[in-house]
Amino acid sequence: MSTNVTPGGAKAAADEAGRAGRHAAVPAQRTGRRTAKAPLSENKRAERRLGWLLCAPAALVMVAVTAYPIIYSVWLSLQRFDLRFPDQREFVGLDNYATVLTNEFWWTAFGVTALITVVTVAVELVLGMGLALIMHRTLVGRGIVRTAALIPYGIVTVVAAFSWRYAWTPGTGYLANLFGEGAPLTERASSLAIIMLAEIWKTTPFMALLLMAGLALVPEDLLKAASTDGATAWQRFTKVMLPVMKPAILVALLFRTLDAFRVFDNIFVLTAGGNETSSVSMLAYNNLIRGLNLGIGSTMSVLIFLAVAVIAFVFVKLFGTAAPGSDDGERR
Amino acid sequence: MTHPARHRRRPAARVAAAAAALALVAPLAACGSGGDGGTPTINLYYAPEQNLQKVVDTCNAEAGGRYKIAYRVLPRQADDQRVQMVRRLAARDTGMDVLGLDVTWTQEFASANWIREWTGQDKAEAEQGTLAGPLDTARYQGKLYAAPKHTNVQLLWYRSDLAQQPPKTWDEMISAAQQLKRDGKPYQVLTMGAQYEGLVVLYNTLAESAGGKILSDDGKRAVMDAGTVKALDQLRKLATSGVTSPSFSNATEDPVRLEFQSGAGAFQVNWPFVYPAMQEASPELAKTVKWARVPGIDADTPSRVTIGGINMAVSAYSTHPAESFEAARCIRDARNQRFSAVNDGVPPTIEKVYDDPEMDKAYPMKETILEELKEPAVRPLTPAYQSISTVMSAILSPPSQIRPEQTADELRDAISDALQSKGVLP
Repeated sequence: MSTNVTPGGAKAAADEAGRAGRHAAVPAQRTGRRTAKAPLSENKRAERRLGWLLCAPAALVMVAVTAYPIIYSVWLSLQRFDLRFPDQREFVGLDNYATVLTNEFWWTAFGVTALITVVTVAVELVLGMGLALIMHRTLVGRGIVRTAALIPYGIVTVVAAFSWRYAWTPGTGYLANLFGEGAPLTERASSLAIIMLAEIWKTTPFMALLLMAGLALVPEDLLKAASTDGATAWQRFTKVMLPVMKPAILVALLFRTLDAFRVFDNIFVLTAGGNETSSVSMLAYNNLIRGLNLGIGSTMSVLIFLAVAVIAFVFVKLFGTAAPGSDDGERR
Repeated sequence: MTHPARHRRRPAARVAAAAAALALVAPLAACGSGGDGGTPTINLYYAPEQNLQKVVDTCNAEAGGRYKIAYRVLPRQADDQRVQMVRRLAARDTGMDVLGLDVTWTQEFASANWIREWTGQDKAEAEQGTLAGPLDTARYQGKLYAAPKHTNVQLLWYRSDLAQQPPKTWDEMISAAQQLKRDGKPYQVLTMGAQYEGLVVLYNTLAESAGGKILSDDGKRAVMDAGTVKALDQLRKLATSGVTSPSFSNATEDPVRLEFQSGAGAFQVNWPFVYPAMQEASPELAKTVKWARVPGIDADTPSRVTIGGINMAVSAYSTHPAESFEAARCIRDARNQRFSAVNDGVPPTIEKVYDDPEMDKAYPMKETILEELKEPAVRPLTPAYQSISTVMSAILSPPSQIRPEQTADELRDAISDALQSKGVLP
């Protein structure tokens, strides 16, 4: 959730930072710039060195908070390391990967995660597009409509998940007996449906927000020209709006897919992984934090990391999704 | 914001920052000075227990200033308690001294070198007069790592207006329930069958009653012999006999109690907490309810029933070990165990406490409890118990789909993997 950044927002923030930086740098470095115009390699090297020095703190922080944990978990994943058996720690090569990748629980969880990802992202795209069109075209009470639509996204997931859980529990909930007697959260199919419903309810507004930014890219003139040429509303939507919005749609899909793949909190609260509803993140948590098995748990974390990397690669390289911050259509 | 405005604010901001920094540091300084000089504080991390603070107060008064116990309340859920303690011990947190461990965690904590061995006088006092079953749960590789504070054991609760005699075996109970069903009377056999520890407890009771072994005696190998297969068959029979509640495969302790209180059940296998609850919630029903030893597998062999409870251990990272052992001993001594039994309903681990007349009122079923406690079933004693329990409950659930031979093989493989840290937890 915390990684969700709208492309517009990131870009604006970067621009602002750039401007601020330039303003600050100009008075101090004016003299330096003037002399740098001469082709003195000595000076250029000094400037480059300064550049590296200025970057260093940020780079170090990045290494400390991102690279180190990733490398450390790769290192742990190559060991038999169980906190309960501290004397039996040893290097086992790729054994843990073999164990996890031949395990039924892992593939069940992987299937659940993939299902949740595909279904929720697809439904969110359709609903989000609808919501975006409504918010974009609303004339009366635009602010209120937009705020109201965003409320589910503003509620803390765990809190929302608890209210979903109570709603679907017989005795405490108003939804539990909607489909006859029984407890829907105790069966696999209905639990999965409820988890997906909760996910969709929570993140459709976010999808709508990203898509609304895309809608703003569609020039009114283009729509007017199309309608003069006799295009129906549906044709205007599919032939004009969707192609123009493509970069925004792909970015929205990329963010949501990555996010959906890491689904954890809704499952944690709603079923705690019972009835084979664990996602891969849930499984990693169970093995790492509750099972105290650092080897197996880290292996799972690394596999999740790889899966997320593959998803990002597919989107960016194959679909040509623009990475946030880059210009529309430009490939990275 | 304009520049002059920023300038004007700066001194104020600096003062505020300095004040904030001071405010942050001041309590730390206070802590540092109070820690070593005066009375050491023994941090007791223990599950919520209503009257434990009174026990702590008694011990503090007795300590006469040598130490002062502070009762830090852990979360209510067993899993959350364990995760909190484990996380802090893995980080070598010195802020925990005495720990209240579930009986199934003692081996795990001992194996990870997180708790201290009980030796000398401490050990002698912890072992004196303590029931053998609970004491077994506190040992690891022949050494004592904790002192049992209280124990627990399930009983069979039955409606004397529906069944004159308590059934001796599960089969007898099932056919009695089927007869009641045919007669149109309340007939259900209620117990815990959800995918969680409760199901493992039920299975362990059945397996030990059938003379089966889940683990080898040294705790290093999965066994799953003929007795355990028989227990799997019994569990499947119960689940498919048509006398359990429809929500059997999702039932945990409290829902089972409520279902029995609502009058649908003829038999209930559950912990003693159901007794006072029933007195309060449905006194009419309570008058007809009697208790007996949990049924066995065959009529001639008495059942062996799984025990629960809490053991007191001392953290390996405690900076006041001597005082911690003393505090733990005080909290679990005979007099305080009696107080806790009477006021909080937790069965004592010291045998002579049961003779106290005060116990008759709190525990009218104390004879049956003691009888079961003397020949108990202990859950597999291994540091990997948490993993074993998780995979077992997953494989045993739902009980109606057990295929005894095949399920036993699955269990054996999964338990072996868990013992070698190879297992993946669901």
